[in-house]
Amino acid sequence: MQAENKAAESPVLLEAENISLSFGGVNALLSVGFKVEKGEIYSIIGPNGAGKSSMFNVISGLYRPQHGRILFKGRDITPLPPYKIAPLGIARSFQNVELFKGMTVIDNLLLGRHIHMKAGLLSGGLFFGKAQKEELHHRAVVEDIIDFLEIEHIRKKPVGMLSYGLQKRLELGRALALEPELLLLDEPMAGMNLEETEDMARFILDINQERDTTVLLIEHDMGVVMDISDKVTVLNFGQLLASGTPQEVQEDPAVISAYLGDEDSVFLAGRAG
Amino acid sequence: MSAHICGDYKTSYKEDMVLFQTKFSKFWITAFLIALCVVPIFLDNYTLYVCNMIGIAIIGALGLNILTGFTGQISLGHGAFLGIGAYASAYLVMDLGIPFFIALPCAGLITAMFGMVFGIPSLRLKGLYLAIATLAAQFIIEYLMVHMEGITNGVLGKMVDFPSFMGFSFDTDLKYFYLVATIAVLATMMAKNIVRTRSGRAFIAIRDQYISAEVMGVNLFKYKLMAFAFSSFLAGIAGSLWAHYVTIITPEHFTIGVSIQYLAMIIIGGMGHIIGSIFGAIFMVLLPELLRVMSGSLSGHFPMIVNLFAAIKEGIFGLIIIGFLVYEPDGMAHRWQMIKAYWKLWPFSY
Repeated sequence: MQAENKAAESPVLLEAENISLSFGGVNALLSVGFKVEKGEIYSIIGPNGAGKSSMFNVISGLYRPQHGRILFKGRDITPLPPYKIAPLGIARSFQNVELFKGMTVIDNLLLGRHIHMKAGLLSGGLFFGKAQKEELHHRAVVEDIIDFLEIEHIRKKPVGMLSYGLQKRLELGRALALEPELLLLDEPMAGMNLEETEDMARFILDINQERDTTVLLIEHDMGVVMDISDKVTVLNFGQLLASGTPQEVQEDPAVISAYLGDEDSVFLAGRAG
Repeated sequence: MSAHICGDYKTSYKEDMVLFQTKFSKFWITAFLIALCVVPIFLDNYTLYVCNMIGIAIIGALGLNILTGFTGQISLGHGAFLGIGAYASAYLVMDLGIPFFIALPCAGLITAMFGMVFGIPSLRLKGLYLAIATLAAQFIIEYLMVHMEGITNGVLGKMVDFPSFMGFSFDTDLKYFYLVATIAVLATMMAKNIVRTRSGRAFIAIRDQYISAEVMGVNLFKYKLMAFAFSSFLAGIAGSLWAHYVTIITPEHFTIGVSIQYLAMIIIGGMGHIIGSIFGAIFMVLLPELLRVMSGSLSGHFPMIVNLFAAIKEGIFGLIIIGFLVYEPDGMAHRWQMIKAYWKLWPFSY
């Protein structure tokens, strides 16, 4: 829907080349490749077990693929460990909320600032001069994110006490705190009601437009995906089924049969129209 | 620290970061520090001895709490690390003639190095498996303490002098109290500041959810080793202070029993709370002393109790630890927070 607004030949930010990943005899990904351009909202969809989250784990360095490479801004990041990938400008959220439950909301967000901070053990322990100034500066940055996500009222609550919807929102915030160029969101709307889903979609659009962040999204809510994505890639059993604009993907016969079986293809076509 | 006295609104983030926020808590911490300076003058030597032991235990327990309570890496070798600090300091002062105030931090740094070496398995091992690996550290270090006779004088034990500084000797319980108290207060402040800044957040993140910590850019290996190093550093400082206080050290002072006692301190006091280390240390040092006093006063009526004392002590220790695990799994620090929360709005706690 927004693809026309953006420059057609914007540079490629992230490129997955022929990624193959297997666990023992199970092929999680088979020669999957796609290109995410700067400024896009790019969605990966597919049935459960299609390899979407595995793809995210490959990009963020948690899994090492047997074949293929991940290029970020032209640089091969496949062999890097996760903690070296984060400072390059890639942040992610997790499908099952993986926050730091013993910390407050502010501390969770401040941990997201880790790569932008310098204080070591000694200067932190003395909490004097530079270390104190640094804490203050990043506290202000974090307060911006708190403001943006409208979670002021819970800023000092321990995360373990928050509702699921707020935890999901905070996970988005923690990833945002890294100020990434590429944001990987793994099912940010899973388990949310309509209102929460709409809030989340609004946040994602704002992040994309105002914060100039490219978003790579995994989501099962087809309505949201088709509404906000510039491009969509469909995975099925580890294989790439189709790639293109939401419209193209919806009309792709392979996609229709993967989701609904051949007989019921009428239904999806009806929704797309 | 979510709610404060009504009307206490902060207008800058700096105000919000101050450790002692209200006038009330500022008053009490000042009063406490003054009491720490004044009260010991009026105490007898036995009480001061107990206080010194508490101070030393606080420093050691802070170290273990950073590692186990905050970073989530179980260590069963803390007692041995105390031993390294004790022997390192004794060797530096007694054999090499280095002044105590240089030997003290050196002993801490040497112990930190040992801690980092024995922390290397933590990259691969978690939970119980890491506990076994640190148990190995405990026994390896004990073996070294017995057999490296050139440095440790083996099972015969090593004599250590009271520390002295420019001709001033810390040779009484009172003088030693001021030394221990100063270092304990500094160590507490340091630990508190660490856990509320960048490194400490990384520690807690590793404990709570190491995968997302790594994805957020935390180098797990580096921070785990850092936690081991800082924890052992404090253990080394505590060991050094202990050695120069009791003036004779043998390998028997640093057995697995000591490691478990320190674990008990942070479990009872509260894992992941700085103040928990303090409560736990006070509790675990006072308990045997109280039991001794009680058995002493009861011995008039029950002469057998003195002989049974050792067995009773262990039994009551065990019961209390089980009791805490069942009724207060978050330790005394949690109870303390509850009490503070109750009095905050008293008597109008609706």
